[in-house]
Amino acid sequence: MSAQTLTEKPANSIVPDRLLPWVGSAAFILAVEIFARSGFISQQFFPAPSTMAITLVGQFASPRFWIAVWNTLWTWALSLAIAAVLGIAFGIVMGASKYLYAALRLIVEFLRPIPSVALIPAVILVIGVNFESKIFLAAFAAFWPVLIQTIYGMHDVEPVALDTARSFGIGPAQRLIRVAVPLALPFIATGIRVGSAVALIIVVTMEIVVGIPGLGELILVARQGANVEVAYALILASGLLGWGLNTLFALLEEKLLFWHPSFRKTAP
Amino acid sequence: MKSSRIILITLEIVTPLLLILAYALWAGPRGDFFFPSLDKILSTFWHDWLGGLVATDIVPSLYRTLAGFALAAVLAIALGIVLGLSRRARIATAPLVEFFRALPPPALLPLTILVLGVGDTAKIMLIALVCVFPILLNTIAGVAGLDPTLRDTARVYHISRADVLFRIIIPAALPAIFAGLRTSLSLAVIMMVISEFVAATNGIGFSIWQAKRLFDIPSMWAGIILLGIVGYTLNMILVGIESIVLRWHRGARAAAR
Repeated sequence: MSAQTLTEKPANSIVPDRLLPWVGSAAFILAVEIFARSGFISQQFFPAPSTMAITLVGQFASPRFWIAVWNTLWTWALSLAIAAVLGIAFGIVMGASKYLYAALRLIVEFLRPIPSVALIPAVILVIGVNFESKIFLAAFAAFWPVLIQTIYGMHDVEPVALDTARSFGIGPAQRLIRVAVPLALPFIATGIRVGSAVALIIVVTMEIVVGIPGLGELILVARQGANVEVAYALILASGLLGWGLNTLFALLEEKLLFWHPSFRKTAP
Repeated sequence: MKSSRIILITLEIVTPLLLILAYALWAGPRGDFFFPSLDKILSTFWHDWLGGLVATDIVPSLYRTLAGFALAAVLAIALGIVLGLSRRARIATAPLVEFFRALPPPALLPLTILVLGVGDTAKIMLIALVCVFPILLNTIAGVAGLDPTLRDTARVYHISRADVLFRIIIPAALPAIFAGLRTSLSLAVIMMVISEFVAATNGIGFSIWQAKRLFDIPSMWAGIILLGIVGYTLNMILVGIESIVLRWHRGARAAAR
């Protein structure tokens, strides 16, 4: 165990650190490949990674695939936008006014842990099996992380900063817009990033469980048609989509919030 | 000052009650098919869920949720400690962990149905698979973020490796591990519900879906309320355990201030 050594010794192995992620991933994929081809699990249930990758590349040529990706993406984006606008607005108001915070705190505490997927039957009965129900539920689910993070952020604002602004005669509205909200931005950004992942989860869930057009629906159809390789390729695609969106948000945060004093160290 | 505190507490208690009252007044006379009156929902809740369905539906659902969650916790904490201790293993596995974390969990549902079928095992494995990643990531972060001075000090005093693990590394990583456990617990409930919606013969999710299919709307809402209570209660229990286990941590932090 190298971790037990007093001083971290310089890496003296053949593989440099820079290449480790590639070597690790390649080794994992190779191991799964060998496992899948060994016949331990029938390839009918678990195709080899190379087969999945080839099938996925084959999917890239089909317009159906891109339409599904587009349907998943725009519903995700719209629901995240709705959740972000409402979550930030409510969060700022609840974070700024202790009376509103007290009035709404218990409701938030009760509603937040409710698994939003529990509402799927109610949503599809009331709204129907369509894009609206998908967007509504995804926005509902993504609203909570944005709201909670915004409230945290508003409560975390340095009182000295607000007092300083007040002593310079800056009015309450300006204090909120120029001091409190900018200081809370890293928290809000974290909330939006978490909300983005949640919205994608709900969008794909609605597609898989109810069969609303999108990537999830293609997975559902592929599974029902016993089209195992396609199902796995699409699962792979949805993972890549989630990973891509997550990376995008992390990059955006880094680019947009470079000025924030706390951001250089660690995001909260 | 004192009166403002009273106003705050009153607001906190009265607003939720007002909201419930508002629903009762709104839904009662309206007679909407999808939004039945409050007393209808509550009497269904009382009659169904506190009666015969406890053993046939609530118990299996809780069993699946907790079994999957426990399996994930054991695996993820063990693996997380190993990866947290070895910097090179951590770097090597980072892309894999990132990818699996980003995978929308329900996408794995068709996979487990294909490989494992629709029984309890498939559901528990699915819940465990999904719950592993938040705990794993947090354990890695907790172990890797350990102050090196602590480990070096332990080494200087010739403290055995087992003691270092159980008395220094794990306690220091516990706050991070609990953060992961909380995220995973809510995921466990979500996956339990989804898997019961799609393929099950009993469970809370199944009976909600069944009620929806039969247009038994009060029963559907009652089930949704029950899921809310289950989610809330499980979360409260975990928070309670956390505050007991981490009492020393909170105390130490409060003392340091």
